[in-house]
Amino acid sequence: MNEKEIEILEILEENARIPMDVLADMVELSVEEVEKTIKRLEEQNIILNYSSVINWDKTSGVDGVAAMIDVKVTPKRDVGFDEIAERIYRFPEVKAVYLMSGAFDLSVQIEGKTMKEVAFFVSNKLSTLDSVLSTTTHFLLKKYKHDGVIFEPEKKDKRIVVSP
Amino acid sequence: MKHVQQQYVSKTASQLKPSGIRKFFDLASQMDNVISLGVGEPDFVTPWNVCEAGYASLESGYTAYTANAGLLELREEISSYLSEQFSLNYSAESQIILTVGASQAIDLAFRAVIDPGDEVIIVEPGFVAYAPAVTLAGGTPVSLETKAEDEFKITRESLEKVITKRTKAILLCFPSNPTGATMSEAELKSVTDVIEEHDLLVLSDEIYAELTYDETHYSIARVNGMRERTILISGFSKAFAMTGWRLGYVTGPEEIISAMLKIHQYTMMCAPTIAQHGALEALKSGREDLERMKKSYRQRRNFLVKSFNNIGLSCHMPGGAFYAFPSIQATGMTSDEFAEKLLEEERVAVVPGHVFGAGGEGYVRCSYATSIDSLQEAVKRIERFMKRRQQA
Repeated sequence: MNEKEIEILEILEENARIPMDVLADMVELSVEEVEKTIKRLEEQNIILNYSSVINWDKTSGVDGVAAMIDVKVTPKRDVGFDEIAERIYRFPEVKAVYLMSGAFDLSVQIEGKTMKEVAFFVSNKLSTLDSVLSTTTHFLLKKYKHDGVIFEPEKKDKRIVVSP
Repeated sequence: MKHVQQQYVSKTASQLKPSGIRKFFDLASQMDNVISLGVGEPDFVTPWNVCEAGYASLESGYTAYTANAGLLELREEISSYLSEQFSLNYSAESQIILTVGASQAIDLAFRAVIDPGDEVIIVEPGFVAYAPAVTLAGGTPVSLETKAEDEFKITRESLEKVITKRTKAILLCFPSNPTGATMSEAELKSVTDVIEEHDLLVLSDEIYAELTYDETHYSIARVNGMRERTILISGFSKAFAMTGWRLGYVTGPEEIISAMLKIHQYTMMCAPTIAQHGALEALKSGREDLERMKKSYRQRRNFLVKSFNNIGLSCHMPGGAFYAFPSIQATGMTSDEFAEKLLEEERVAVVPGHVFGAGGEGYVRCSYATSIDSLQEAVKRIERFMKRRQQA
């Protein structure tokens, strides 16, 4: 992986909507070279997706709850945690699954419309899986920062408008 | 009454010209929706760990003066920093003073070395405070004009032309505010023998030393024979986004530094204690933040300079600092007219080149210490402005 590729990834991670010609100028490549590089990075599954960070709390009519669930599981011979992780992440309501070090094994992030819906998922779908030994559910109360993005950013430039 | 009060103002103070930047500050502050490329400081907020160190120092009760020269621990840190980053060796005990911004260091240096009648060469276009600082110290500033065709670097010929019998010192600032010019080791060596031959003292303001994008900064103090005659000035403002903390430092030959320390202890006591604690943290663990900011400046520089050249504003690629210095001569306007009309018509603030002294007319200073989104919008507006001029 060369320096330019890493630079392109860093810029895109911060702003996936940056115009190609601007990005090209920033990294001193031609537009064609940048497009080719991005295409290759997409094909290699290095760039997986371009998504937005949305503060749903500020929208009206869209309600939901999110929870982080600590899951203890029994790993299986040959496949370790991968098989049970896959069985969990295939549920569409599961937004993230991480293998963790420490007191539990999998951290599962889930989103539902109501608390009841989340509770139903935990008791009927997650806990009933063969390898799952126990679950601890933590409901999320407020998001301050997500994926490096602060939810109530202070945008005002505090500098004086012209200075030497 | 006003007339009576005026008679109390000293001749020196009343003869000082107000900075040409002031006018644009006043104009731009009254307008809404202005994109400012006129700001001479980083757009980043000071890295969080540095702010935390500032809070922690207050919580621990570090609210008193420090030693006149500054916290010894910080001077030691600066000493090893200068050695690691720039291969410069200065003693923490006897050769470093912490100052209130690099600005105070410049003032101290001039006061410590200038006798009435001494001439000091100022490289222009240059930072607005140098010439007034020479005047206030009783000296005479002499302008050395640099040119776009030399990428605003100084040359042997341009230097030799301005040296007289009264020349005592030369002030250098590379990377340069406002031109972004840098000078390589070889380029410095092409003028240092002239400096030696005329026995000049060098004041090297290296406040932008960390912000070079193509080559690592090479200090003039490293050139053979220069260390003994160089006062090196730097600070935390630009590299660590700490302008408001007001912390700079100066280092150089022991005799000169101890003369400066005398003036410093009578006029300033010491640099702000909280800022010194913040700076200590910046040197210990700020490198990653510095590199992140530098990378971002570099990307924005590339974009802005390319865009300027595309829309008919010819602009050399600046090697350092965070300023582009495009020529506006193609428009037929003076830099003042250009800046004023651009602000009125398109709400983009730039600084007219003439405020930076000789050779600045015909150029404007545009800071790229502004988000890439704002830079894109600024370029769109300037392009529109230029198109209207070309059609007219």
